Amino acid sequence: MESHDVVIIGGGPTGLSAARRLADLGIKDIVVLEREAEAGGIPRHCGHQGFGWHSHHRLWAGPRFAGQLRKDCAGLDIRTGTTVLELKAGGVLRIRSSGGSDDMKARRVLIATGARETPRAARLIGGARPAGVMNTGALQQHVYLHRHKPFEQPVIIGSEWVSFSALLTCRHLGIKPVAMIEENARVTAPKGSGLVARLAFGVPVMTATRLITIEGHSQVEGVEIERDGKRQRIACDGVVFTGQFRPENALYMTGPIESEDQSPAIDTNFRCSGPAYFAGGNVLAPLKNSGRCCQQGVTAAEAIAASLK
Amino acid sequence: MADRFEIAVVGGGVVGLAILRRFAMAGLTCVLLEKGADILSGASKGNSALLHTGFDAPPKSIEISCMKAGYAEYLDIHRKLNLPLIRSTALVVAWTEADLAAFPAIVAKAHKNGVADVRQIGRTELRLKERHLAATALGAVLVPGEAIIDPWSAPLAYAHQAIAHGAKIIRNAEVTGGIFAEGEWRLASPQGEVAARIVINAAGNFGDLVEAIARPSPFTIRPRKGQFVVFDKPGAKLASAVILPVPSERTKGVALFRTAFGNLAIGPTAEDVDERQIAACDGDTLMKLKNRAIEMLPALEGINVNAIYAGLRPASGHKDYVIEALKEQNWITVGGIRSTGLTASLGIAQLVAKLYAKNFGKLPKKVPEPKWTPVANLAEDNLRPHVRGGEIICHCELVTRGEIEAALGGPLPAGDVGGLKRRTRAMMGRCQGFYCSAQVAAIMRESDHGKP
Repeated sequence: MESHDVVIIGGGPTGLSAARRLADLGIKDIVVLEREAEAGGIPRHCGHQGFGWHSHHRLWAGPRFAGQLRKDCAGLDIRTGTTVLELKAGGVLRIRSSGGSDDMKARRVLIATGARETPRAARLIGGARPAGVMNTGALQQHVYLHRHKPFEQPVIIGSEWVSFSALLTCRHLGIKPVAMIEENARVTAPKGSGLVARLAFGVPVMTATRLITIEGHSQVEGVEIERDGKRQRIACDGVVFTGQFRPENALYMTGPIESEDQSPAIDTNFRCSGPAYFAGGNVLAPLKNSGRCCQQGVTAAEAIAASLK
Repeated sequence: MADRFEIAVVGGGVVGLAILRRFAMAGLTCVLLEKGADILSGASKGNSALLHTGFDAPPKSIEISCMKAGYAEYLDIHRKLNLPLIRSTALVVAWTEADLAAFPAIVAKAHKNGVADVRQIGRTELRLKERHLAATALGAVLVPGEAIIDPWSAPLAYAHQAIAHGAKIIRNAEVTGGIFAEGEWRLASPQGEVAARIVINAAGNFGDLVEAIARPSPFTIRPRKGQFVVFDKPGAKLASAVILPVPSERTKGVALFRTAFGNLAIGPTAEDVDERQIAACDGDTLMKLKNRAIEMLPALEGINVNAIYAGLRPASGHKDYVIEALKEQNWITVGGIRSTGLTASLGIAQLVAKLYAKNFGKLPKKVPEPKWTPVANLAEDNLRPHVRGGEIICHCELVTRGEIEAALGGPLPAGDVGGLKRRTRAMMGRCQGFYCSAQVAAIMRESDHGKP
């Protein structure tokens, strides 16, 4: 069986920063497994500014930042198009790549699978199921990776930081959101951001407003919302569900490590219940920005290196 | 259109496709007209994906005879078409004393229907079989023959086999009217006129409207909506059998079942609606379904919901299917095929073939040279294509680029996004397209999908 000192699952900001740090600490045998065709993680499709400040003291767009992370790891063994299918006890991983599937063993495994937004289905939002309903992540890929407009006038559900990324993403191709809808009485992102949405983006923000149903035949035609106990309809051709990040947990929910609140349960050294496994980044507590993920990747790498001595 | 077909089937659901397959394999010239952009865009897209024994069907009905024949033929052909059969068994579980009191009648009905292996089991045996079931379960009726199948690949395989035998499938072809003259039907549709000697109405939720072309419809469709909630893969490890409630007069009730795709689902509700086209979910009902599932299987708490969906089943107000031949009008009616349609479809096709032979013309006893058209496997109980390699596009459901491209090509390419999902499982997993939907959309734009 192929075996390594450290295998990192996930080539996003956490995983790549951990790989770089482990190499700097003298660990030679490191492999990063990335299921996408290119490493870099979520920033690859965040086409707007706001990345790199914590880790590189620069302000870059997401793709530029992802490129820098890859460059930092030049010469390391980063395997793209490689999916981990199963974690087994003792650091044995079932992996598959275009060539087929096989087992791989590692003395230490870092789970850095990140987080994603909660989709419509998991929010149990009723109505029809037309095209044009998606998370910010998918919208970013449509717009920045494929230069494609999935709709012209969507509503944005949520008002977290990432919701503003959705606004920026829309603006990139001239998509004009008709409203930002927030269930709570106040905007979730820091103070003043509601004003930014209204003034800078021209998007009305509706707080204390709940999305009830989605209407439409093949494409979204409107949504029904509830505000002050009254229902009303907004015409739109798309719905973007933003935020409510949840860990990408499919790999470990059925073992061999314990989880807590959907994240891997860890000790103060990022170590999971199975001694070979460590976890770091957004998979632990979603919503950290990419800079903090890099930082945590570095810290987790140091814990792993220490455990190997 | 110069073409003149012997048979025109109206409706590309599982029933229409099974009928098309039967006649095409018998060597008749066949055409199928489907209203939607793809096959299975009506009642057949949202069901419970179960192969029923008919243990609880109305005795001596057309429905039970079609279900039994359909079940037997599925067992006979599923391997040749590479279709799954997951022998899950089912348990009708009692949650109250009143439920328990209903058991003898359920067992007696099953035996009357010829499902002889159905038997009552006690609380202890139930616990041994389903250790995650809530402790409030009092006992069960075991139905060993109930099974799980893939609700989309089966009809797709029937379509492919029909095409291999020369049948033609026309989509975006809503039949808007028809004229019967000189022993020939001329059906109008947005794709032009189609001429055929015999018309078979398998239009599902639109069955009564299509029937009105031939005669004042003897039945009226008032669709019954069923909503479903699908849990993430770890949920499927919590229940082996299909967990059924004691049925009421009106409905089989809400079942908890594994899917061929490795998930656990709960549904359907039974809501009479006027809407025939859009099956809408509502948040409150979904929440109730989710809570009911957790009530039955407490370990489901904390397992994420992957998907929600709703289906419309063609309820006709009749207690039985309406299947009959109108000899004078060269017309066969196949109406009111409700929730048992997936199981019964192949059996319905056999019955329709008999009606044809009795009223309209000869059919060969045996298919001279059957051509088998195995479909790509989507079920978890067998090897999936990704095992052989290739680039994975949909990470949650492990769907390869090759599978997506194949579904966009071939003799019956996916007609829309829904059709692509049903052919591949892409975007149906826990992230619901967060990671792959933009790329899948780009692959679809590159192909010439949907063009007739």
